Amino acid sequence: MTNLTRTPALALGDDALILSHRLGEWAGHAPVLEEEVALANIALDLLGQARILLSLAGDEDELAYLREERQFCNVQLVEQPNGDFAHTIARQLYFSLYQQLLFDHLATGGSELAPLAAKAVKETAYHRDHAEQWTLRLGDGTDESHTRMQRGLDALWRFTGELFEPVDALDAPWQTLRDEWTTRLTTVLERATLTVPQGPQHGAWTAGAGRQGLHTEPFGRMLAEMQHLHRSHPGATW
Amino acid sequence: MVTTAPTPLEEKLLALAGSVPDPELPVLTLAELGVLRGVRLTSPGRVEVQLTPTYTGCPAIEAMSADIERVLHDNGVAQVEVRTVLSPPWTTDAITPEGRRKLAAFGIAPPRPTGPADGPVPVALAIRCPHCGSTDTTLLSRFSSTACKALRRCESCREPFDHFKEL
Repeated sequence: MTNLTRTPALALGDDALILSHRLGEWAGHAPVLEEEVALANIALDLLGQARILLSLAGDEDELAYLREERQFCNVQLVEQPNGDFAHTIARQLYFSLYQQLLFDHLATGGSELAPLAAKAVKETAYHRDHAEQWTLRLGDGTDESHTRMQRGLDALWRFTGELFEPVDALDAPWQTLRDEWTTRLTTVLERATLTVPQGPQHGAWTAGAGRQGLHTEPFGRMLAEMQHLHRSHPGATW
Repeated sequence: MVTTAPTPLEEKLLALAGSVPDPELPVLTLAELGVLRGVRLTSPGRVEVQLTPTYTGCPAIEAMSADIERVLHDNGVAQVEVRTVLSPPWTTDAITPEGRRKLAAFGIAPPRPTGPADGPVPVALAIRCPHCGSTDTTLLSRFSSTACKALRRCESCREPFDHFKEL
């Protein structure tokens, strides 16, 4: 895994792979059975995207299981731990809104990503709808659910700036996407009686460099769990 | 996509591949599900099949490929290559009228015609209970036993049921 080229397929594939793994961690822990199934289904959609995108960049298994932390170029938002359910929903809202806008744009272009984007954007619409419905329910619910939803949004806000940092060799109108994302997010949060966080969308050290291979502290532990079986038993199948 | 008109042999092989049942919804054939894009004879005894997934991560695609290979082998094709194609993306509009009828008879509410991919997902329009026919049904979860279904409950007969959601 030396001489790795950071292509757009790898960047977007890593986003999908890592978020899929995080969502999979909810299996057996979700608040109700329906959510257990919903989060696992969203994870499965993302895993499907990851397989296609990573296959465009190289061997999917080698890329997923044999790279070191610094070779992953996912945004830091997707590697953040699940936290409570509201925290996970905040991460889902930020990411699915971004992914739907980006894939919508890529689907109409002529790049090698267009077929996947056109396919996945329809699934992402369901992910975004799922996150929005929960944001409304938690934000406009009890004092406790409102507090937790706002806490999740606030805690993850500093990871949202990176979503709109240009990706090498990926042609997208980043500023337009950012404006559209902010508008849609504001609409949802206002309906949910929540507040759009006001702090910086980048932290000095903690955010803004996932695409360059710099990750936050919890990512290493997640990778260790994700990769240990393949590394301990190379080529294992069942 | 197949660019030239299929030969009679290719049409026969397409019908054979299309008769394979879906591994997760065995009441439907692959032709009725609308996932089979074409069958092409690339050289004598060698056939390429184009298959499109319903959902990007649908794990059934591997079982579908294996079943197609087996059926075509059993009918005398020596080499079968099943290729997965993404474009144009599959939509629930590709399910045939016969497929929709079979879904409802199997207890799964068939998908409604799709709107544009953007904007809110239309979940509020009436979806008919496949058991009693009532349109008084409510959404329990947007995701059910598989990625392609939502879980609903009929308020008339109180039975839960799956709805093949629009994509």
